[in-house]
Order: sequence, then structure tokens, then C-alpha cells
Amino acid sequence: MRKNGVKMIKIKAKDVDVFYGKKQALFNISLDIEENQVTALIGPSGCGKSTFLRCLNRMNDVIDICSVKGEILINDFNINDKSCDVVRLREKIGMVFQKPNPFPKTLYENVSYGPTIHGMAQSKQEMDEIVETSLKKAALWEEVKDRLHEPGTGLSGGQQQRLCIARAISVRPEVILMDEPCSALDPIATAQIEELIDELKKEHTIIIVTHSMAQAARVSQNTGFFHLGQLIEHGSTDKIFKNPDNKKTQDYITGRFG
Amino acid sequence: MNKNKEQLLNKRYKAEQRFRLYGLSAIFMALLFLTIFIFKIFSTGYSAFQKTWLIVPVTFDAELMMLDQNPSKEDLQDADYYDIALKSMADLDPNANEDQENELKRMVSYFFEKEIKNELLNDPNLIGKTKEVYLTASDDLDQVFKGNYPRDLPEDQRRVSDYQLKIFDQLVANGKVESKFNISFFTNADSREAELAGIASSFMGSIFSILVCLMIAFPVAVLAAIYLEEFAPKNRFTDFIEVNINNLAAVPSIVFGLLGLGVLLAIFQLPRSTPLVGGITLSLMTLPTIIIAARASLKAVPPSIREAALAMGASRMQTTMHHTVPLSMPGTLSGTIIGLAQALGETAPLILIGMVAFVNTIPGSPMDPAASLPVQIYIWAESAERGFVEKVSACIMVLLGFLIIMNLFAQIIRHKFEKKWS
Repeated sequence: MRKNGVKMIKIKAKDVDVFYGKKQALFNISLDIEENQVTALIGPSGCGKSTFLRCLNRMNDVIDICSVKGEILINDFNINDKSCDVVRLREKIGMVFQKPNPFPKTLYENVSYGPTIHGMAQSKQEMDEIVETSLKKAALWEEVKDRLHEPGTGLSGGQQQRLCIARAISVRPEVILMDEPCSALDPIATAQIEELIDELKKEHTIIIVTHSMAQAARVSQNTGFFHLGQLIEHGSTDKIFKNPDNKKTQDYITGRFG
Repeated sequence: MNKNKEQLLNKRYKAEQRFRLYGLSAIFMALLFLTIFIFKIFSTGYSAFQKTWLIVPVTFDAELMMLDQNPSKEDLQDADYYDIALKSMADLDPNANEDQENELKRMVSYFFEKEIKNELLNDPNLIGKTKEVYLTASDDLDQVFKGNYPRDLPEDQRRVSDYQLKIFDQLVANGKVESKFNISFFTNADSREAELAGIASSFMGSIFSILVCLMIAFPVAVLAAIYLEEFAPKNRFTDFIEVNINNLAAVPSIVFGLLGLGVLLAIFQLPRSTPLVGGITLSLMTLPTIIIAARASLKAVPPSIREAALAMGASRMQTTMHHTVPLSMPGTLSGTIIGLAQALGETAPLILIGMVAFVNTIPGSPMDPAASLPVQIYIWAESAERGFVEKVSACIMVLLGFLIIMNLFAQIIRHKFEKKWS
């Protein structure tokens, strides 16, 4: 989104290096991510795009041998700083994973979990409202409104993924990270999710890692191309797909490798 | 070429058939052993649930009991029953000489005086009257009546004399011998007399030990497992701990008994022969079993669930308590039950801490001396009297029943938990 013609930068990564033990996985990544836009990260398997995504909500903390260097500024606050509390950070930055991973609880409990632990609802009524709006925004409400108290694991793959999206947006995050959210889904479910992404970008900044270039072209406004741990090129999706500066990008886009 | 392939194919089919046969025979063998075992236990043990009674007419002669007119309750309590008890047994054969009277007396348990006393206490109006009273038969006659006694042995090799057998057969012919369900087997504590011995003490002892064991081992083991699996850093030190937990699981149980003896009894001066000490000792044994089971089931929780919770902004603690631990509970619980079942059947460590002592009282708390079921089996199996043979099998049946109920309970809990989560 542009305000007075100026791009609003939500996330600013500066010289990010990531190491798994001694092996370096990301080299010197600097990338600006615009607010209320969809940014797609593309590249061949093992290129580091998922690793970069997981830096943005510090999910790499879970991996013992992983260390992250450099600055990642979200709203001008460095999340790699010691003073940053990951719980607060992850409340602001939601995530949707490659494989749908609803909790083995009811639909209602799945969606209400985030608001519960962050104390966002004062009463049962408020919680009901949050659950309803979240499910509506995730375009799932109509399908499940009669069985909110059935297990979330009983849904189809596409429904489960939309449930995960509903769960992620239930705490009204500013940013949503999506790690190949459609790779386990059929084309119809994929289309539904893509439609949803378009809708969600009105309120959230979205970063999506995808294997499918068609998907990147369809849903994103900006694209970053990763290769072997380096950010080869980034810019508007139009430019990357139609007129890339770099030969490697060109080759990848046109399917010569990857 | 084609023929070669045909041969290979045949070979493959035959190999599979052979394998199926081996598998089936293995299962058959296992079932056979189990059947023999159960058949043996039941065929020896079932008779212990029956008890033989002699029905003897007793005359409540006030003079012999040294009672005045209109005696009070206390008088009845303090009265002398030995003479009337003796007399009623002697009266079974009016022609008996003194030796034979003694033999007659030994046809019932030494408890017979008390049984007669209880009869009168229940109905004080019996004074001066005669009533047929049920008296516990001696363990040897009990065995005779159940057909377990070798009557054809020469008399000097038997504990039952020909004279006793003669009188007993007369009683049987007159319908004065009856077999009833053996309640005292469940309500009495151990006794030197087989006909009076029961499992109440060891049963309660086992229950108390298991409860103490559960209350110590379960929380400690689950906390240890959660910490090691979810919070501890993976380094040499935690590896070292892990190796040692596995080692601990392999330590022979008698070593834990020595530990209990040396530490709990010698240093901490806890009361000897009690389920408290037994339970603590057993909990040392059960601890590694539960830790290993709990860690395995924590590991089995898919990482995607942890990631989902963490990404929602749950702290590590919340992730663990809200998601990982509840999901791992069924596995942890079944591991706990397996550990407890092992502990329930454990004998060696309990012998070392003194739970092998002869206990003829029923424990009311874990601080009272008690035996335990497996130790009771061991004690009875060592006894020479014929009457204890069936008791051993009966006690095994009770122990097995106990185990089956425990496992059933575990299954039910598991089922409920899993229903909630799937």
C-alpha cells in the first residue's frame, strides 16, 4: 500500500546470516517488505526461503543448532534484540505451515486458543465473536458453523488449512507468514486459499513461500528470488516475472532449473 | 530363462508359506504354555475358595462354662468355653479313650473354641440347650474332603490317623460335613494353620505398596521426562543422564531391595516390613520404566503441533502443558501401568526390606507391617502343610486377577483420553 505515493515498509531485514551449526544457510539477506502487500519468496528447494521466513517470527529459536545474525526490523524494532519477547512477537506475527496442523481439539478450541492465551476476550460472548469473525475471514464459517465442537482433525485438508489460517488471524496479527500453505492441497482448495490471501492482505501484511511460480505470480505484488542461500533479486512481481535483471532469475522463472 | 523365473517365483511362495507356518506354530506354542499354566493354577487353586465345616452338636452347659444364673454380656465374654468345646468333640465318639479324645479335638481348627463362643454371644438364650454348630475342619480333613489327600498311605506317614478318618467318614455319611465358600480366605490375615490362613494382610499390603509407589514414581517420573524432553538442552550432560536412566531400568530388582534396606531402614529408620518402605523401594524400580515410556510418548507427539502452538505465541511452558503433555498422556499412563504391574509382582526387594515377616494382622495404613501378594505366595510355597498348596495357587489367581483389573483400568483410561483427542 502506498500512502501519498510512498511505500510503507513493514519489515526491514538487514544483512541477515543464518547458520545451522557450522553450515551457513543464508548469506547477507537484505529485504524490505511492504505493508499490506503480499510478498512471495520463490526459489528451488533448499535455497533458504523457508529459513528466512522462520527468522521473521524467530521460529528458528526452536532449533538448537541454528543461529541468526543481523537485524530484522519490524515496525523499526529489531526482533533479534535481546529485549524482544518472542511471545509478544509471535502474537503480532502469525504463521501458517506447509502441512495443515490443527490442534487435536475442537474447531472452536483451535480458533480460541490464541485469544485465550493472550487474554484477548473478557467473556464467552467476546470469544464467540472472535471465533466467528476469524472463521468468516478464513472463509470457513459457512461450512463449519454447525459443528464448532467437533474435532478440527476431522476436516478435509483444505478446510484444515483454512482452519489454521483462522487460528492464525484470530489474534489479529500484523503480519502473516505462510510456508507453502497450498503444497498439500488440491487445485480447488488451493484456489480458495489464494482468494483468501487476496482478501487478507487488506488487513495484514503477508509473506508467502511457494514452490509454484504460477501461484507467486497470481497472489503476490512483490517477489524475492532465493538461490543457494542468497537473495538473488527482489522487486515487484511484474518486474521479476516479465523483466528480471538477473540471468539466474530468468532461468528459474522460465523453468530452466529448479 | 523363463523356467528360471518360474523356479524363483515358486521359491518365494514357499519361503512365505514356511514363514507363516513358523509364525503360527510360535503363536500356538505361546498359547499352549499359557493354557497349561492357567489350567494348572486353576485346577490346584479353585478348591481353596471352598472351606470344609464339621457340624457338631454343642451343649451349652452353664456349669461347665462356670456361668451363674442370668449371666451378663461380660460374663459370657469371660466364660470358659474350652471344656464344652472339648466335650462336644469328645461326644462324637462316646467310646473314645483319652488319646482318641485328643485326636477328635484335632479334627477341627484350634479356633473351634472361639467359634463356639461366637455362637453363644450371638444368641445368649442357648445356655442349657444343644445346638449344631459349624466348626472349621482341620486343614488335613479339609484336604481329605476335597479329595486331595492320599488316604492310602501307611498310617505312620500321614498326619490324619485311621481313627480320625473313621469318625470323619461317619460324619460325612450322616451329612454332618459341609463345604461352603471360603470367606475367611479373603478376610483373614496369614496364619500358621492352613485352614485359617487368608490373604487380607498381603492384599492390603500390595495395595498400599502400589499406592505409595504410584504417588512417588508417577509425578517424579513425569516431571523428569517432561524436563528432559522439552526443556533440557541437548548436551553431553543430558546424554549422560539418559544413559543412566536406561541403565537404572536394567538394574536387577534385588539391588533396589538392598538400597531400601541400607538407606530407608538403616539411615532413615523407617518402620521395617511396612508398605511405606516397600512402596518407596518399588518406586525406585518403577521410576525409569515410567520415565522411558513418558519420554517415548512425548517424542511421538508430532513436532507440527509444537510449532503450531509456538507460532500462536504460546510460551514453551504453555506449549508443553496445553498440547504436548495431554497428547502424550495415554502413552505415559500405559507405561505407568506396566511399571506398576511389574512392581506388583516384585518379590525380591520386598523380602530384603522385611515384608516377608509373618504378619497375622491386617494393615490399616502404609505404616503397619504387612506382606504383599507375591511374597505371600513365596511364604506359603515354602510351607510344608498340604493345606497351603492350594492356597499358593489361589493367591496366584488373586494376583493375576488384580493385574487383569489394573490393565483393564488402564485400557479404560486410555480409551477415554484418546477419544477426547482424536
